[in-house]
Amino acid sequence: MNLDFTQMTPYIPYMLEGIWVTLKFVAVALLIGALIGTLLALFKISGPAPLRAFAIAYTSIFRGTPLILQLMLIYFAVPQLTGYDITPFLSAITAFGLNSAAYISEIIRAGIQAVDKGQVEAAQALGVPYRAMMKDIILPQAFKNILPALMNEVITLTKESALVSTIGYLDLMRRAQVVGASMYRQFEPLLFVGLIYWVLVMILTLIGRKIERRLKASDIR
Amino acid sequence: MISVKGLIKSFGDLEVLKGISTKVDAGQVIAVIGPSGSGKSTFLRCLNKLEEPTGGIVEIAGFSITDKKADIRAARQEIGMVFQHFHLFPHLTVLGNLTYAPMKVKGESKAQAEEKARTLLKRVGLSEKEDSYPASLSGGQKQRVAIARALAMEPKLMLFDEPTSALDPEMVKEVLDVMKDLAKSGMTMIVVTHEMGFAREVADRVLFLDQGKLVEEGTPDEFFGSPKTHRARDFLEKVL
Ligand SMILES: Nc1ncnc2c1ncn2[C@@H]1O[C@H](COP(=O)(O)OP(=O)(O)OP(=O)(O)O)[C@@H](O)[C@H]1O
Ligand SMILES: [Mg+2]
Repeated sequence: MNLDFTQMTPYIPYMLEGIWVTLKFVAVALLIGALIGTLLALFKISGPAPLRAFAIAYTSIFRGTPLILQLMLIYFAVPQLTGYDITPFLSAITAFGLNSAAYISEIIRAGIQAVDKGQVEAAQALGVPYRAMMKDIILPQAFKNILPALMNEVITLTKESALVSTIGYLDLMRRAQVVGASMYRQFEPLLFVGLIYWVLVMILTLIGRKIERRLKASDIR
Repeated sequence: MISVKGLIKSFGDLEVLKGISTKVDAGQVIAVIGPSGSGKSTFLRCLNKLEEPTGGIVEIAGFSITDKKADIRAARQEIGMVFQHFHLFPHLTVLGNLTYAPMKVKGESKAQAEEKARTLLKRVGLSEKEDSYPASLSGGQKQRVAIARALAMEPKLMLFDEPTSALDPEMVKEVLDVMKDLAKSGMTMIVVTHEMGFAREVADRVLFLDQGKLVEEGTPDEFFGSPKTHRARDFLEKVL
Protein backbone atom coordinates (compact mmCIF):
# COMPACT_ATOMS: atom_id res chain seq x y z
CA MET A 1 0.00 0.00 0.00
CA ASN A 2 1.27 3.40 -0.73
CA LEU A 3 -1.35 5.83 0.35
CA ASP A 4 -0.20 9.36 0.91
CA PHE A 5 -2.71 11.90 2.06
CA THR A 6 -0.16 14.59 2.93
CA GLN A 7 0.19 15.74 -0.67
CA MET A 8 -3.52 16.40 -0.72
CA THR A 9 -3.54 18.82 2.19
CA PRO A 10 -3.38 22.07 0.17
CA TYR A 11 -6.35 20.94 -1.90
CA ILE A 12 -8.62 20.14 1.04
CA PRO A 13 -10.33 23.56 1.32
CA TYR A 14 -10.99 23.41 -2.43
CA MET A 15 -12.66 20.04 -2.07
CA LEU A 16 -14.60 20.99 1.06
CA GLU A 17 -16.07 23.88 -0.87
CA GLY A 18 -17.59 21.19 -3.06
CA ILE A 19 -19.88 20.23 -0.16
CA TRP A 20 -21.56 23.58 -0.37
CA VAL A 21 -21.76 23.38 -4.17
CA THR A 22 -23.30 19.92 -4.06
CA LEU A 23 -25.76 20.79 -1.30
CA LYS A 24 -26.84 23.98 -3.03
CA PHE A 25 -27.44 22.09 -6.22
CA VAL A 26 -29.37 19.29 -4.44
CA ALA A 27 -31.49 21.83 -2.55
CA VAL A 28 -32.46 23.75 -5.69
CA ALA A 29 -33.18 20.56 -7.63
CA LEU A 30 -35.27 19.27 -4.75
CA LEU A 31 -37.25 22.49 -4.58
CA ILE A 32 -38.00 22.34 -8.30
CA GLY A 33 -38.80 18.64 -7.98
CA ALA A 34 -41.15 19.22 -5.06
CA LEU A 35 -43.01 22.04 -6.79
CA ILE A 36 -43.49 20.26 -10.10
CA GLY A 37 -43.97 16.93 -8.30
CA THR A 38 -46.85 18.30 -6.20
CA LEU A 39 -48.51 19.67 -9.30
CA LEU A 40 -48.11 16.36 -11.13
CA ALA A 41 -49.48 14.45 -8.15
CA LEU A 42 -52.57 16.66 -8.08
CA PHE A 43 -53.01 16.13 -11.82
CA LYS A 44 -52.84 12.38 -11.29
CA ILE A 45 -55.31 12.36 -8.44
CA SER A 46 -57.94 14.83 -9.47
CA GLY A 47 -56.90 16.47 -12.74
CA PRO A 48 -58.97 16.41 -15.92
CA ALA A 49 -58.13 13.53 -18.27
CA PRO A 50 -55.56 15.32 -20.50
CA LEU A 51 -53.57 16.61 -17.53
CA ARG A 52 -53.70 13.22 -15.87
CA ALA A 53 -52.44 11.57 -19.06
CA PHE A 54 -49.65 14.14 -19.27
CA ALA A 55 -48.59 13.53 -15.67
CA ILE A 56 -48.57 9.78 -16.16
CA ALA A 57 -46.56 10.00 -19.39
CA TYR A 58 -44.15 12.45 -17.79
CA THR A 59 -43.52 10.14 -14.85
CA SER A 60 -43.09 7.14 -17.10
CA ILE A 61 -40.51 8.86 -19.30
CA PHE A 62 -38.43 10.38 -16.53
CA ARG A 63 -38.41 7.21 -14.47
CA GLY A 64 -37.94 4.98 -17.49
CA THR A 65 -34.74 6.48 -18.89
CA PRO A 66 -31.29 6.95 -17.34
CA LEU A 67 -30.77 10.17 -15.47
CA ILE A 68 -27.38 10.65 -17.06
CA LEU A 69 -29.04 10.53 -20.45
CA GLN A 70 -31.53 13.21 -19.42
CA LEU A 71 -28.65 15.32 -18.14
CA MET A 72 -26.67 14.95 -21.38
CA LEU A 73 -29.71 15.64 -23.51
CA ILE A 74 -30.38 18.91 -21.75
CA TYR A 75 -26.74 19.96 -21.68
CA PHE A 76 -26.06 19.18 -25.34
CA ALA A 77 -29.46 19.45 -26.98
CA VAL A 78 -30.39 22.86 -25.69
CA PRO A 79 -27.41 24.68 -27.33
CA GLN A 80 -27.76 22.63 -30.50
CA LEU A 81 -31.49 23.28 -30.89
CA THR A 82 -31.82 26.82 -29.59
CA GLY A 83 -28.35 28.25 -29.78
CA TYR A 84 -28.61 29.12 -26.07
CA ASP A 85 -25.39 28.17 -24.33
CA ILE A 86 -26.74 26.56 -21.20
CA THR A 87 -24.46 26.51 -18.15
CA PRO A 88 -23.62 23.25 -16.38
CA PHE A 89 -25.44 24.48 -13.26
CA LEU A 90 -28.62 25.27 -15.16
CA SER A 91 -28.52 21.96 -17.02
CA ALA A 92 -27.92 20.11 -13.80
CA ILE A 93 -30.77 21.63 -11.79
CA THR A 94 -33.10 21.29 -14.77
CA ALA A 95 -32.32 17.63 -15.30
CA PHE A 96 -32.33 16.74 -11.61
CA GLY A 97 -35.36 18.91 -10.88
CA LEU A 98 -37.44 17.43 -13.70
CA ASN A 99 -36.28 13.93 -12.85
CA SER A 100 -36.99 14.12 -9.13
CA ALA A 101 -40.37 15.71 -9.91
CA ALA A 102 -41.36 12.37 -11.43
CA TYR A 103 -40.32 10.44 -8.33
CA ILE A 104 -41.74 12.98 -5.89
CA SER A 105 -45.08 13.05 -7.71
CA GLU A 106 -45.35 9.30 -7.18
CA ILE A 107 -44.44 9.65 -3.51
CA ILE A 108 -47.09 12.32 -2.98
CA ARG A 109 -49.73 10.51 -5.02
CA ALA A 110 -49.20 7.27 -3.11
CA GLY A 111 -49.18 9.15 0.20
CA ILE A 112 -52.48 10.85 -0.53
CA GLN A 113 -54.14 7.75 -1.87
CA ALA A 114 -53.05 5.75 1.15
CA VAL A 115 -55.29 7.96 3.31
CA ASP A 116 -58.47 6.04 4.11
CA LYS A 117 -61.25 6.86 1.67
CA GLY A 118 -63.58 7.10 4.65
CA GLN A 119 -61.84 10.35 5.61
CA VAL A 120 -62.97 11.97 2.38
CA GLU A 121 -66.50 10.69 2.87
CA ALA A 122 -66.66 11.86 6.47
CA ALA A 123 -65.53 15.34 5.41
CA GLN A 124 -67.95 15.42 2.48
CA ALA A 125 -70.84 14.28 4.65
CA LEU A 126 -70.13 17.24 6.95
CA GLY A 127 -70.28 19.63 4.00
CA VAL A 128 -66.57 20.50 4.12
CA PRO A 129 -65.43 22.16 0.86
CA TYR A 130 -62.85 20.32 -1.28
CA ARG A 131 -59.93 22.67 -0.64
CA ALA A 132 -60.41 22.75 3.10
CA MET A 133 -60.77 19.00 3.16
CA MET A 134 -57.49 18.58 1.29
CA LYS A 135 -55.66 21.11 3.43
CA ASP A 136 -57.00 20.23 6.89
CA ILE A 137 -57.95 16.56 6.68
CA ILE A 138 -56.22 14.69 3.85
CA LEU A 139 -52.80 16.32 3.46
CA PRO A 140 -51.87 16.30 7.17
CA GLN A 141 -52.50 12.55 7.16
CA ALA A 142 -50.80 12.02 3.81
CA PHE A 143 -47.79 13.94 5.11
CA LYS A 144 -47.02 11.11 7.51
CA ASN A 145 -46.79 8.69 4.60
CA ILE A 146 -44.91 11.15 2.40
CA LEU A 147 -42.18 12.43 4.69
CA PRO A 148 -40.15 9.22 5.17
CA ALA A 149 -40.23 8.45 1.43
CA LEU A 150 -39.27 12.02 0.67
CA MET A 151 -36.24 11.71 2.96
CA ASN A 152 -35.14 8.71 0.91
CA GLU A 153 -35.47 10.77 -2.24
CA VAL A 154 -33.23 13.45 -0.74
CA ILE A 155 -30.59 10.83 0.03
CA THR A 156 -30.78 9.34 -3.46
CA LEU A 157 -30.54 12.77 -4.99
CA THR A 158 -27.48 13.63 -2.90
CA LYS A 159 -25.66 10.54 -4.09
CA GLU A 160 -26.81 10.74 -7.70
CA SER A 161 -25.78 14.38 -7.82
CA ALA A 162 -22.24 13.15 -8.51
CA LEU A 163 -23.41 12.55 -12.07
CA VAL A 164 -23.18 16.26 -12.80
CA SER A 165 -19.40 15.96 -12.70
CA THR A 166 -19.73 14.50 -16.20
CA ILE A 167 -20.79 17.86 -17.62
CA GLY A 168 -18.06 19.71 -15.80
CA TYR A 169 -20.06 21.18 -12.94
CA LEU A 170 -17.62 21.69 -10.08
CA ASP A 171 -19.36 19.64 -7.40
CA LEU A 172 -17.67 17.43 -4.81
CA MET A 173 -17.07 14.63 -7.28
CA ARG A 174 -15.67 16.84 -9.99
CA ARG A 175 -13.34 18.51 -7.54
CA ALA A 176 -11.91 15.15 -6.52
CA GLN A 177 -11.15 14.46 -10.17
CA VAL A 178 -9.58 17.87 -10.68
CA VAL A 179 -7.39 17.46 -7.61
CA GLY A 180 -6.51 13.93 -8.68
CA ALA A 181 -5.40 15.12 -12.09
CA SER A 182 -3.17 17.85 -10.77
CA MET A 183 -1.53 15.58 -8.15
CA TYR A 184 -1.29 12.59 -10.47
CA ARG A 185 -2.89 10.61 -7.66
CA GLN A 186 -6.57 9.75 -8.06
CA PHE A 187 -7.12 7.40 -5.18
CA GLU A 188 -6.73 9.68 -2.16
CA PRO A 189 -9.03 12.51 -3.31
CA LEU A 190 -11.65 9.99 -4.37
CA LEU A 191 -11.52 8.33 -0.95
CA PHE A 192 -11.73 11.71 0.69
CA VAL A 193 -14.89 12.86 -1.09
CA GLY A 194 -16.30 9.35 -0.73
CA LEU A 195 -16.04 9.83 3.01
CA ILE A 196 -17.76 13.21 2.70
CA TYR A 197 -20.66 11.72 0.72
CA TRP A 198 -21.02 9.00 3.29
CA VAL A 199 -21.09 11.47 6.19
CA LEU A 200 -23.68 13.59 4.36
CA VAL A 201 -25.87 10.57 3.76
CA MET A 202 -25.51 9.43 7.36
CA ILE A 203 -26.58 12.84 8.62
CA LEU A 204 -29.61 12.80 6.32
CA THR A 205 -30.45 9.26 7.41
CA LEU A 206 -30.34 10.25 11.06
CA ILE A 207 -32.56 13.24 10.43
CA GLY A 208 -34.95 10.96 8.56
CA ARG A 209 -35.07 8.48 11.44
CA LYS A 210 -35.75 11.24 13.90
CA ILE A 211 -38.64 12.53 11.82
CA GLU A 212 -40.04 9.03 11.46
CA ARG A 213 -39.89 8.44 15.18
CA ARG A 214 -41.70 11.71 15.79
CA LEU A 215 -44.44 10.73 13.38
CA LYS A 216 -44.82 7.31 14.96
CA ALA A 217 -45.05 8.82 18.41
CA SER A 218 -47.90 11.06 17.32
CA ASP A 219 -49.77 7.98 16.10
CA ILE A 220 -50.01 6.46 19.53
CA ARG A 221 -50.48 9.51 21.72
CA MET B 1 -88.57 15.54 5.59
CA ILE B 2 -87.56 12.96 2.98
CA SER B 3 -89.30 11.97 -0.21
CA VAL B 4 -87.77 9.38 -2.52
CA LYS B 5 -89.39 8.59 -5.86
CA GLY B 6 -88.26 5.82 -8.18
CA LEU B 7 -84.66 5.91 -6.96
CA ILE B 8 -82.35 3.92 -9.22
CA LYS B 9 -78.63 3.40 -8.74
CA SER B 10 -76.37 1.40 -11.02
CA PHE B 11 -72.67 0.66 -10.77
CA GLY B 12 -71.80 0.04 -14.40
CA ASP B 13 -74.05 -2.75 -15.54
CA LEU B 14 -75.03 -3.71 -12.03
CA GLU B 15 -78.35 -2.20 -11.00
CA VAL B 16 -78.19 -2.03 -7.22
CA LEU B 17 -81.31 0.02 -6.48
CA LYS B 18 -84.24 -0.77 -8.73
CA GLY B 19 -86.73 2.00 -8.20
CA ILE B 20 -87.25 2.77 -4.53
CA SER B 21 -89.99 5.10 -3.33
CA THR B 22 -90.79 6.10 0.22
CA LYS B 23 -91.51 9.07 2.45
CA VAL B 24 -90.25 9.97 5.89
CA ASP B 25 -91.86 12.57 8.13
CA ALA B 26 -90.01 14.79 10.55
CA GLY B 27 -89.33 13.08 13.85
CA GLN B 28 -89.70 9.58 12.49
CA VAL B 29 -87.18 6.83 13.11
CA ILE B 30 -86.83 4.44 10.22
CA ALA B 31 -85.00 1.12 10.41
CA VAL B 32 -83.67 -0.20 7.11
CA ILE B 33 -83.01 -3.91 7.14
CA GLY B 34 -82.29 -6.59 4.61
CA PRO B 35 -79.75 -9.19 3.57
CA SER B 36 -76.13 -8.32 2.82
CA GLY B 37 -75.75 -6.80 -0.62
CA SER B 38 -79.41 -5.82 -0.86
CA GLY B 39 -78.47 -2.16 -1.33
CA LYS B 40 -79.06 -0.70 2.13
CA SER B 41 -75.83 1.26 2.27
CA THR B 42 -76.23 2.41 -1.31
CA PHE B 43 -79.75 3.64 -0.52
CA LEU B 44 -78.50 5.60 2.47
CA ARG B 45 -75.56 7.05 0.56
CA CYS B 46 -77.83 8.22 -2.24
CA LEU B 47 -79.67 10.35 0.32
CA ASN B 48 -76.65 12.63 0.86
CA LYS B 49 -75.15 12.04 -2.55
CA LEU B 50 -72.10 10.15 -1.40
CA GLU B 51 -73.38 8.08 -4.30
CA GLU B 52 -74.80 9.85 -7.32
CA PRO B 53 -78.30 8.47 -8.02
CA THR B 54 -78.67 7.12 -11.56
CA GLY B 55 -82.36 7.91 -11.73
CA GLY B 56 -85.33 9.05 -9.67
CA ILE B 57 -85.98 11.99 -7.39
CA VAL B 58 -84.69 12.55 -3.87
CA GLU B 59 -85.95 15.44 -1.79
CA ILE B 60 -84.44 15.77 1.64
CA ALA B 61 -84.35 18.44 4.36
CA GLY B 62 -85.82 20.95 1.94
CA PHE B 63 -83.34 20.25 -0.86
CA SER B 64 -84.08 18.63 -4.17
CA ILE B 65 -80.71 16.94 -4.31
CA THR B 66 -81.29 15.09 -7.56
CA ASP B 67 -81.79 18.49 -9.17
CA LYS B 68 -78.59 19.40 -11.06
CA LYS B 69 -78.54 22.88 -9.56
CA ALA B 70 -78.93 21.72 -5.97
CA ASP B 71 -76.40 23.08 -3.49
CA ILE B 72 -75.21 19.72 -2.31
CA ARG B 73 -72.88 21.06 0.36
CA ALA B 74 -75.69 23.08 1.92
CA ALA B 75 -77.86 19.96 1.91
CA ARG B 76 -75.16 17.88 3.56
CA GLN B 77 -74.94 20.36 6.41
CA GLU B 78 -78.50 19.40 7.28
CA ILE B 79 -77.86 15.66 7.01
CA GLY B 80 -75.69 14.05 9.65
CA MET B 81 -74.08 10.75 8.78
CA VAL B 82 -72.62 8.05 10.99
CA PHE B 83 -70.50 5.34 9.41
CA GLN B 84 -69.91 1.74 10.36
CA HIS B 85 -66.18 2.42 10.74
CA PHE B 86 -66.54 5.83 12.44
CA HIS B 87 -64.10 7.71 10.19
CA LEU B 88 -63.04 10.09 12.93
CA PHE B 89 -60.22 12.44 11.96
CA PRO B 90 -57.22 10.71 13.59
CA HIS B 91 -54.98 13.77 13.70
CA LEU B 92 -57.51 15.87 15.62
CA THR B 93 -58.52 15.53 19.26
CA VAL B 94 -62.06 14.57 20.16
CA LEU B 95 -62.86 18.24 20.64
CA GLY B 96 -61.15 19.05 17.34
CA ASN B 97 -63.28 16.45 15.58
CA LEU B 98 -66.43 18.08 16.95
CA THR B 99 -65.50 21.69 16.29
CA TYR B 100 -63.81 21.43 12.89
CA ALA B 101 -66.84 21.41 10.60
CA PRO B 102 -68.96 23.89 12.59
CA MET B 103 -66.08 26.37 12.47
CA LYS B 104 -64.98 25.69 8.91
CA VAL B 105 -68.33 25.16 7.26
CA LYS B 106 -70.76 27.20 9.33
CA GLY B 107 -68.31 29.86 10.42
CA GLU B 108 -68.91 29.44 14.12
CA SER B 109 -66.42 31.00 16.51
CA LYS B 110 -64.07 28.69 18.37
CA ALA B 111 -65.68 29.49 21.71
CA GLN B 112 -69.13 28.88 20.32
CA ALA B 113 -68.17 25.59 18.69
CA GLU B 114 -66.34 24.35 21.77
CA GLU B 115 -69.18 25.15 24.09
CA LYS B 116 -71.57 23.20 21.88
CA ALA B 117 -69.06 20.37 21.53
CA ARG B 118 -68.75 20.05 25.31
CA THR B 119 -72.51 19.91 25.71
CA LEU B 120 -72.65 17.14 23.11
CA LEU B 121 -69.78 15.20 24.68
CA LYS B 122 -71.62 15.33 27.98
CA ARG B 123 -74.71 14.03 26.25
CA VAL B 124 -72.85 11.00 24.85
CA GLY B 125 -71.04 10.48 28.14
CA LEU B 126 -67.52 11.38 27.02
CA SER B 127 -66.81 14.70 28.72
CA GLU B 128 -63.51 13.50 30.12
CA LYS B 129 -62.23 12.53 26.66
CA GLU B 130 -62.22 15.89 24.93
CA ASP B 131 -58.42 16.09 24.70
CA SER B 132 -57.93 12.45 23.69
CA TYR B 133 -57.05 11.37 20.19
CA PRO B 134 -59.32 8.84 18.46
CA ALA B 135 -56.63 6.14 18.49
CA SER B 136 -56.87 5.94 22.28
CA LEU B 137 -60.64 5.38 22.36
CA SER B 138 -62.56 2.11 22.33
CA GLY B 139 -64.85 1.32 19.40
CA GLY B 140 -67.95 2.28 21.34
CA GLN B 141 -66.39 5.56 22.40
CA LYS B 142 -65.32 6.31 18.84
CA GLN B 143 -68.81 5.78 17.56
CA ARG B 144 -70.29 8.02 20.24
CA VAL B 145 -67.80 10.72 19.26
CA ALA B 146 -68.78 10.21 15.62
CA ILE B 147 -72.43 10.71 16.52
CA ALA B 148 -71.57 13.84 18.48
CA ARG B 149 -69.49 15.12 15.55
CA ALA B 150 -72.46 14.77 13.23
CA LEU B 151 -74.77 16.42 15.77
CA ALA B 152 -72.39 19.36 16.14
CA MET B 153 -73.55 20.53 12.71
CA GLU B 154 -77.09 20.68 14.10
CA PRO B 155 -78.52 18.61 11.28
CA LYS B 156 -82.21 18.20 10.60
CA LEU B 157 -81.86 14.46 10.26
CA MET B 158 -79.34 11.71 10.82
CA LEU B 159 -78.32 8.75 8.69
CA PHE B 160 -76.72 5.72 10.35
CA ASP B 161 -75.05 2.94 8.35
CA GLU B 162 -74.74 -0.10 10.61
CA PRO B 163 -73.39 2.00 13.48
CA THR B 164 -72.81 -0.99 15.76
CA SER B 165 -71.65 -3.65 13.30
CA ALA B 166 -67.94 -2.98 13.81
CA LEU B 167 -68.20 -3.03 17.60
CA ASP B 168 -67.42 -5.70 20.16
CA PRO B 169 -70.69 -7.00 21.61
CA GLU B 170 -70.19 -5.37 24.97
CA MET B 171 -70.03 -1.93 23.37
CA VAL B 172 -73.14 -2.16 21.27
CA LYS B 173 -75.44 -1.08 24.07
CA GLU B 174 -73.66 2.17 24.88
CA VAL B 175 -74.05 3.28 21.27
CA LEU B 176 -77.65 2.12 20.95
CA ASP B 177 -78.48 3.96 24.17
CA VAL B 178 -77.17 7.19 22.68
CA MET B 179 -79.26 6.57 19.57
CA LYS B 180 -82.37 5.83 21.59
CA ASP B 181 -81.87 9.03 23.49
CA LEU B 182 -81.54 10.87 20.21
CA ALA B 183 -84.73 9.27 18.88
CA LYS B 184 -86.58 10.34 22.01
CA SER B 185 -85.42 13.92 21.52
CA GLY B 186 -87.35 13.96 18.24
CA MET B 187 -84.51 13.59 15.74
CA THR B 188 -85.44 12.23 12.33
CA MET B 189 -83.32 9.12 11.86
CA ILE B 190 -82.72 6.54 9.18
CA VAL B 191 -80.84 3.60 10.58
CA VAL B 192 -79.46 0.72 8.54
CA THR B 193 -79.07 -1.98 11.14
CA HIS B 194 -78.82 -5.65 11.92
CA GLU B 195 -79.99 -4.97 15.48
CA MET B 196 -83.54 -6.29 15.28
CA GLY B 197 -84.14 -5.47 18.93
CA PHE B 198 -83.37 -1.83 18.27
CA ALA B 199 -85.56 -1.76 15.16
CA ARG B 200 -88.44 -3.27 17.10
CA GLU B 201 -88.15 -1.02 20.09
CA VAL B 202 -87.23 2.34 18.59
CA ALA B 203 -88.31 2.46 14.95
CA ASP B 204 -91.61 3.93 13.85
CA ARG B 205 -91.32 2.09 10.60
CA VAL B 206 -89.24 -0.70 9.11
CA LEU B 207 -88.11 -0.78 5.48
CA PHE B 208 -87.13 -4.19 4.21
CA LEU B 209 -84.82 -4.15 1.18
CA ASP B 210 -84.00 -7.18 -0.91
CA GLN B 211 -82.10 -7.26 -4.20
CA GLY B 212 -82.42 -3.53 -4.66
CA LYS B 213 -86.16 -3.39 -4.11
CA LEU B 214 -88.22 -2.10 -1.23
CA VAL B 215 -90.01 -5.38 -0.69
CA GLU B 216 -91.99 -4.52 2.40
CA GLU B 217 -92.55 -1.65 4.81
CA GLY B 218 -94.60 -1.29 7.93
CA THR B 219 -94.59 -0.69 11.64
CA PRO B 220 -92.28 -2.94 13.64
CA ASP B 221 -95.32 -4.77 15.02
CA GLU B 222 -96.64 -5.47 11.53
CA PHE B 223 -93.27 -6.34 10.07
CA PHE B 224 -91.93 -8.55 12.84
CA GLY B 225 -95.34 -9.87 13.93
CA SER B 226 -96.79 -10.83 10.57
CA PRO B 227 -94.49 -10.25 7.62
CA LYS B 228 -96.51 -10.17 4.41
CA THR B 229 -93.92 -11.38 1.89
CA HIS B 230 -92.16 -14.71 1.93
CA ARG B 231 -88.83 -12.97 1.37
CA ALA B 232 -89.26 -11.03 4.59
CA ARG B 233 -90.35 -14.21 6.39
CA ASP B 234 -87.26 -16.05 5.10
CA PHE B 235 -85.01 -13.22 6.20
CA LEU B 236 -86.51 -12.98 9.66
CA GLU B 237 -86.26 -16.70 10.17
CA LYS B 238 -82.55 -16.49 9.49
CA VAL B 239 -81.76 -13.53 11.73
CA LEU B 240 -84.09 -14.00 14.69
N1 LIG C 1 -68.80 1.44 -5.40
C1 LIG C 1 -69.36 0.30 -5.86
N2 LIG C 1 -69.01 -0.20 -7.05
C2 LIG C 1 -69.55 -1.34 -7.53
N3 LIG C 1 -70.46 -2.06 -6.86
C3 LIG C 1 -70.86 -1.63 -5.66
C4 LIG C 1 -70.33 -0.43 -5.09
N4 LIG C 1 -70.89 -0.24 -3.88
C5 LIG C 1 -71.74 -1.26 -3.70
N5 LIG C 1 -71.74 -2.09 -4.77
C6 LIG C 1 -72.55 -3.31 -4.94
O1 LIG C 1 -73.88 -2.96 -4.72
C7 LIG C 1 -74.57 -3.98 -4.03
C8 LIG C 1 -75.25 -3.42 -2.81
O2 LIG C 1 -74.25 -2.97 -1.92
P1 LIG C 1 -74.59 -2.29 -0.53
O3 LIG C 1 -73.29 -1.98 0.11
O4 LIG C 1 -75.53 -1.18 -0.74
O5 LIG C 1 -75.31 -3.48 0.24
P2 LIG C 1 -75.74 -3.55 1.76
O6 LIG C 1 -77.18 -3.91 1.76
O7 LIG C 1 -75.35 -2.32 2.47
O8 LIG C 1 -74.92 -4.78 2.28
P3 LIG C 1 -74.21 -5.02 3.72
O9 LIG C 1 -75.28 -5.48 4.65
O10 LIG C 1 -73.23 -6.10 3.43
O11 LIG C 1 -73.58 -3.75 4.12
C9 LIG C 1 -73.56 -5.07 -3.74
O12 LIG C 1 -73.71 -6.08 -4.71
C10 LIG C 1 -72.24 -4.35 -3.89
O13 LIG C 1 -71.25 -5.25 -4.34
MG1 LIG D 1 -73.89 -1.85 3.95
